[in-house]
Amino acid sequence: MQDLTFTHEVAERATGNTKLAITGVVASGNLEVLVERALPEKQCVVKIRTTVRGFDPVWKAVVDGFVERFPTGGLRFSINDGGARPDTVSLRLSQALRLMEKTEQ
Amino acid sequence: MQWHKNRDARDQRIEAGRKLSAGKIVDAQDATRLLEAVICKGDRVCLEGDNQKQADLLSSALLAVNTEFISDLHMVQSGVVLPEHLDLFERGVATKLDYAYSGPQSARIAQMLFGGKIQLGAVHTYLELFARYFIDLTPNVALIAAVSADREGNLYTGPNTEDTPTVVEATAFKDGVVIAQVNEIVANVPRVDIPGDRVHFVVKADKPFFVEPLFTRDPAAITETQILTAMLAIKGIYAPYGVKRLNHGIGFNTAAIELLLPTFGEALGLKGRIASHFALNPHPALIPAIESGWVEQIHSFGSEVGMDDYIRARSDVYFTGPDGSLRSNRAFSQVAGLYACDMFIGSTLQIDLAGNSSTVTTTRIAGFGGAPNMGSDARGRRHPSEPWLQAGKEADPAGLPALRRGRKLVVQIGETFGEKNVPLFVEKLDAIALAEKLNLDLAPVMIYGDDVTHIVTEEGIANLLLCRDPDEREQAIRGVAGYTDVGRGRDKSMVNQLRDRGVIQRPEDLGIDPLQADRNLLAARSIKDIVRWSGGLYAPPSKFRNW
Amino acid sequence: MSVSTNTAPQATGARQVSWYEASARTRVSQLLDESSFKEFLGPQEREMSPNLKSFDLPEQFDDGMIVGRGLIKRMPVFVAAQEGRFMGGAFGEVHGAKLTGLLRASRDIGSIPVLILFDTGGVRLQEANAGELAIAEIMRAVIEARIAGVSVIGLIGGRAGCYGGGGLIAGCCSALAVSEQGRISVSGPEVIETNRGVEEFDSKDRALVWRTMGGKHRRLIGGTDAFVDDTIEDFRETALSLLADTRPFTLQTLHEEQARLEWRIQQFGTSADAIDIWRSMGVDDAAAIPEMTYAQFTAAAQKIRRPNHAAR
Repeated sequence: MQDLTFTHEVAERATGNTKLAITGVVASGNLEVLVERALPEKQCVVKIRTTVRGFDPVWKAVVDGFVERFPTGGLRFSINDGGARPDTVSLRLSQALRLMEKTEQ
Repeated sequence: MQWHKNRDARDQRIEAGRKLSAGKIVDAQDATRLLEAVICKGDRVCLEGDNQKQADLLSSALLAVNTEFISDLHMVQSGVVLPEHLDLFERGVATKLDYAYSGPQSARIAQMLFGGKIQLGAVHTYLELFARYFIDLTPNVALIAAVSADREGNLYTGPNTEDTPTVVEATAFKDGVVIAQVNEIVANVPRVDIPGDRVHFVVKADKPFFVEPLFTRDPAAITETQILTAMLAIKGIYAPYGVKRLNHGIGFNTAAIELLLPTFGEALGLKGRIASHFALNPHPALIPAIESGWVEQIHSFGSEVGMDDYIRARSDVYFTGPDGSLRSNRAFSQVAGLYACDMFIGSTLQIDLAGNSSTVTTTRIAGFGGAPNMGSDARGRRHPSEPWLQAGKEADPAGLPALRRGRKLVVQIGETFGEKNVPLFVEKLDAIALAEKLNLDLAPVMIYGDDVTHIVTEEGIANLLLCRDPDEREQAIRGVAGYTDVGRGRDKSMVNQLRDRGVIQRPEDLGIDPLQADRNLLAARSIKDIVRWSGGLYAPPSKFRNW
Repeated sequence: MSVSTNTAPQATGARQVSWYEASARTRVSQLLDESSFKEFLGPQEREMSPNLKSFDLPEQFDDGMIVGRGLIKRMPVFVAAQEGRFMGGAFGEVHGAKLTGLLRASRDIGSIPVLILFDTGGVRLQEANAGELAIAEIMRAVIEARIAGVSVIGLIGGRAGCYGGGGLIAGCCSALAVSEQGRISVSGPEVIETNRGVEEFDSKDRALVWRTMGGKHRRLIGGTDAFVDDTIEDFRETALSLLADTRPFTLQTLHEEQARLEWRIQQFGTSADAIDIWRSMGVDDAAAIPEMTYAQFTAAAQKIRRPNHAAR
C-alpha cells in the first residue's frame, strides 16, 4: 500500500453545510471517497491510500486539477483506492463534493 | 500446351477422396484420411474461421494428418482463433500464414512469430484477404462449416453464413476442392446458401460448429465514464452531423451509445435523425433501440449467439432468407461499411500524437479484422450525403464545393486510461517496436491518423478535421488525453485556443454535466433487461446469465 | 451523525432502483423511510479491519458492513447491510463484530426487529479464524435475539449472493426474502467443482448455478419465505409484510423443521437437477421456470403446494 497526502491552500470555502459524505466502494478499479468538513475554510486536504504504487505524479495532477476547478475549502477527502483509473478518481471526487454542497437544515 | 492441368489435378484429388465417401458424405472418423487423400504438400488451404464461427472438426482433423505426406501448407484464413490453428505450425503441417484476425490467440501467435515457427505473409483486413483469394492467394482446398447439408451437398450456412460464400467462390471456381463440415445431414436444407455443385465432400460432425459470442456486451459492466463518453459522442458528433448510416465497434463505449439512444438520445429529440441504418452484427445491446423504433435496417457480417429467434421475429430490420433466419455475409457487409456508411466509431488500445491507432502490443498481435475498412475513408466513394459533405467541408473550408471530396467520420472513443491503468495515449505505438522486432515493412496500424476525424474521451471531443497542421493536431489529441503523460505534456495555452475554436469540446461546452453520467441512463442495465426488452426472444448464452 | 451518500437516480426520476445493482448504502437508505437511517460506527470512525494491512490489501472505512437503526413505515428497525463489492462481502473480524453487536442490542431491547441485507461470499480468507468465529457468534446472536422475541429478517438479492457462513446465518433467520438474482447456499459453485469435479457441477454454467442456488429454486423448495422482484421498493414492501407475520420460536419449531428437511431429502434426494425437482413437485412446465418473468413465476409458484419453513 502507498499513502499520499496533498494539502492545498485554496481561495474559496466549499459551498453547502453537509458535514460528512461518502461515495464509491473499494473494489478492483474503484475507490471510496470520504469527505469531512473538518478543516479551516482556506484549506483542503486529500489523503490517499492506494494499492497501486508509482502513480504519484498522476494523483498529484488529478488532485491539482480538482482543487483548481472547484471550491473545496474546509474539506478533508480521505480515499481508499482499489486501483481506480484517474477518470474514476476525478468522477468520485466530484460526486463526493456534490454531496457536500447540499444544504441540510 | 495444356490449358486445364489444374482442373485435371482437382479431379484427381476428388477421385482420391471418393474412396472414403458415400456419394459426397464422409464419416467424421474418416475426416483425417479424407484430408490426407485430398490435400497435397505445400497447398494453400483455407480453414474457415473468423471472429465468430469455426470449422472446428476439420481443424482437428487437419492437425492429425501424417506429416510425412502433408506438410508445409500455406494457411490463408480469416481467423487464427482456435489453439489447433497454431498447433498446425507447431507440428509442421503448415509453415506459412496469411490471416486477418487472431483475438484469443494473439499472445501465442506473437510468441510463435518471434520464435520463427511461422512464416508470416501478412496481416490483412478481412476484405483485403478476401480480395487476395481472387488474385494471388486462391486456396487449393477450402475447409468450411455449415449448419446442414443435403445428399447433393447443398449447404445451409444459416445465420452464421459469414465468410463461406466468399471462400467457396474463390476455391470452387478456380479448380479447388471444397470440404464442408455440417451439424446435420437433412433431406432438404431450409435454404440453399451454397449450391451443391460447389461442394465436393460433406463431413457430418458429431457436435455443432463452435461460435464465439463476441458481440455480447453485458450492460452490467458499463462504467459511468463510458456512459459519459457515449453522451459526448451522441450530442457532440451523431447529432450535429446527423449520422444515420454507420458501423459500431464492439467495445463497451459503443454498447453504451446503443443503450443511451432510447433514453438520452430520445430526450434530445434525435429519434429518426440519427443511427437508423447499420452495417453491424446483431448486437444484443441494440435491442432496446430497435424496440423503441430507432433502427430501420441492419446488415450483418455474422450472427450472434442467442439472437436467432429475435432476428427471425424482426425481419423488417435484419436481412433474412426465405426460411426466416438471418443471412449474414462478411464480404458484403464489409463493403457496405466501407462505402455506404458515413461513420465508424470504435475503441482501440493505443493512439499516438498523430492519431494513428493500434490494438497491437509488444506481446499481442490481435490482427485487424474489419476495423481498418470500416475506419477509413473510401477514396472510391462518389455518392454525397450530409455528414460526408459536412466533414469534407470542415477539413477543407476553402475548397471548391463541387470538387471537394466528402469525408467519412472515423471516430475513436475510449477512456484516457484502459484496463490496469494503461494509458490510451502514447508517444510511440508498440506496433512500431513490434515491426522493428519482426522486421516487418509495415507497422500494424489499425487506423491511420489521417483517416481519424474525431477522438472522444471523458475529457471531451477533439475534432481533427478542424486542425490545420500537425502541431494543432498533436495539441488537440493531448487536449483530450487527460492525466496520461501525453495529456500532461500539453501546451495549455494552445489547448485553450483550440477549445475557443471548437476543435476541442469539453463536456460543459456541450451542456453535459459529468455527474449526469449515471447507469440509470442506460435503457438496459443487465442482460436480463435486454431479454425483457426483446419480449423473451433473445436467449443469451449461459455465461451471461444471472438467473 | 448522518452520512450523505448518493442514492437516488436523479437522471430518470421515478424509475425503480434495482436491488442487485445498488450499493449497500443505497439499499439501506431507500429501504428505510427517507432520512431515517442513523449509522452506528459510521465510516468516519474508521473502524477498519486490523488484518488486511498485513496482506497489503486495501481497507474500506466501514469494513464492508453498515449497521444502524431507522424507520420502515415509521416502525423502528435495526439494519445491517453487507457491501458485496468490497472483498465479495466477506466476513472478517470487524465486519462480523458489527453485526454481532447489532443483534445483541436487539436482543437486549427485545422489541426492535432486525433486517440483514446479505451480500456475501462467506468468510474472508485473509482473516479466516476471526471470520469463522464471527459466523458462530452471529448465529448464536440471531438465535438469542429470536428467543428474546425479536424477528430477524434476511433480504437476499445482491451480486455476491449469500454463501458460506452467510448461508448458515440465513438459515437461522426468522424469515428470508430473495429475488431471482439472489443465491443462497453454503458451498459455492467453484467450491463444489473443485471438490467434486466439473462433471458434478460446472461452475461456469451460470444457468445451472442459478437453477440450483438461485431465488426461484429457493422459493419453490421452501428455502425462502418470499420471492421478490429485483427492486428496492419490492424488498421494502416484502420486508414489511414479513415483519407483520412472524411466529414464536420454540423447540417445537425446530422439530418441525427437522421433519421437513428429512421429508425433503427423501422426496428429492435422488434428483439430478433442479428441473427434476420442480417437475416432481408438480410444476407444469418445469423447464420454462428460469425464463419466466416475475409475474409469470409468482403465478406458477402459487399453484405449487409448498411445505412451510417450519423454523421460521
